[in-house]
Amino acid sequence: MILSFAPAEVAPPRPAVLAQLGVPAGAEVPERTALLLDDAAALFAELVAAGGVVEPISAADFEAVYRGEGRNAPDSPVAAVAPRAEHLRLFAVTLGEPLSAEVRRRFEEDDPALAVALDATASVAADEAADALERRVEADLRAGGWDRPDGAALRYSPGYCGWDVTGQRALFAALRPGRIGVSLNASCLMQPLKSVSGVVIAGPLAIHRFPPTYPFCDHCEARTCRDRLRALAKRAAV
Amino acid sequence: MTLLTDLADAIIRGDGPRVTALTRQAIGQGMPPKGILDDGLIAGMAVVGDRFRVHEIFLPDVLLAAKAMYAGMDELRPLLVREGIPSIGKVVIGSVKGDLHDIGKNLVGIMLKGAGFEVLDLGHDVPPERMVETAKAEGAKVIGMSALLTTTMPVMGEVVGLVRAQGLSGTVRTVVGGAPVSADFAREIGADAYGFDAANAVDVVRELVGRR
Repeated sequence: MILSFAPAEVAPPRPAVLAQLGVPAGAEVPERTALLLDDAAALFAELVAAGGVVEPISAADFEAVYRGEGRNAPDSPVAAVAPRAEHLRLFAVTLGEPLSAEVRRRFEEDDPALAVALDATASVAADEAADALERRVEADLRAGGWDRPDGAALRYSPGYCGWDVTGQRALFAALRPGRIGVSLNASCLMQPLKSVSGVVIAGPLAIHRFPPTYPFCDHCEARTCRDRLRALAKRAAV
Repeated sequence: MTLLTDLADAIIRGDGPRVTALTRQAIGQGMPPKGILDDGLIAGMAVVGDRFRVHEIFLPDVLLAAKAMYAGMDELRPLLVREGIPSIGKVVIGSVKGDLHDIGKNLVGIMLKGAGFEVLDLGHDVPPERMVETAKAEGAKVIGMSALLTTTMPVMGEVVGLVRAQGLSGTVRTVVGGAPVSADFAREIGADAYGFDAANAVDVVRELVGRR
């Protein structure tokens, strides 16, 4: 299924863009920085072309996709979570090529401030688009009768948490994101750059809880899983 | 306030139009281009780097200052070229093969330029061979590598190995950085140095080229 997203649906919140730029929460933001981010937001709204693709996949087929080229960590969250899933959906989202082209152009024209501000805006927006897709998948599942009050649909991506980036090849072969203009290069990186791919795993909320104590966690600076685990705990409490 | 301290101050405030105007004024007064560069533009960027280092200012301020500096360089460059004034060294930088994250690498490049280096930015997903070949072909003194993914860190070791294999260890130095990278990792792969952030990377590169 092909999806499209309105610019407002993927527009990144200002605090998240500031955080992406290394400005700590609560820090005073000078007017010139605010103006810079306004310019970046306006360019973003003008250039973004957000789209997505999502397809169901069986547990057996996903096992083969996840196995990929056999380079995953011996133990990983996806390996533990996926077998307990009730629904699996492969997905890819992209913000389109014009944004990345504009970032390159600004760098080439010696405007690093707007280039980096736009790049940061787009990076946050790519995650917003993936979040939006994740919400749509969960809503569609529920509309289709997935009746689990304690259920959650969360995404996992190659390149993170022990799922080797070479897994992109098997994922792309199964999903065919070329339909939305996303391709892989020789290093398994996506073009356009501001794209996210992976699997949405739907099942009881509890299956998504895992201790961030895998060997690769020692080197991980992103630590976004901790935010997700906190959000899950909050959701479970409601 | 002298003209050059005024120029440095305009850099610090990220005021591009004023930097352009003051650089033109300094040139018009017959000041030596190297002096305008060192005591105006680079001096301003040095303050920006220091303030960034102690978290007094943040990345957007550095970027706006850099943009202002580029505006001044646009005025100065033809004179520097005409007088045959070289940069203090060429540095090849890139995010290693398999890694698309380049915000940190970009900042390092901007700050290196601000410190007077000539920067050859190869972008992201750069194969080891391309880094080394570019350094050789361009006579670069340093290769700076960035990685954000733990899965791409080993590529840094491949670049270091390639530098050694081609007998360039004495002429091309290697420096690594990025969120998951550490000084221990740099030692482990035999890199010459590790930069823990962009400002530190500039200090480290200065040390590597003997410009401290």
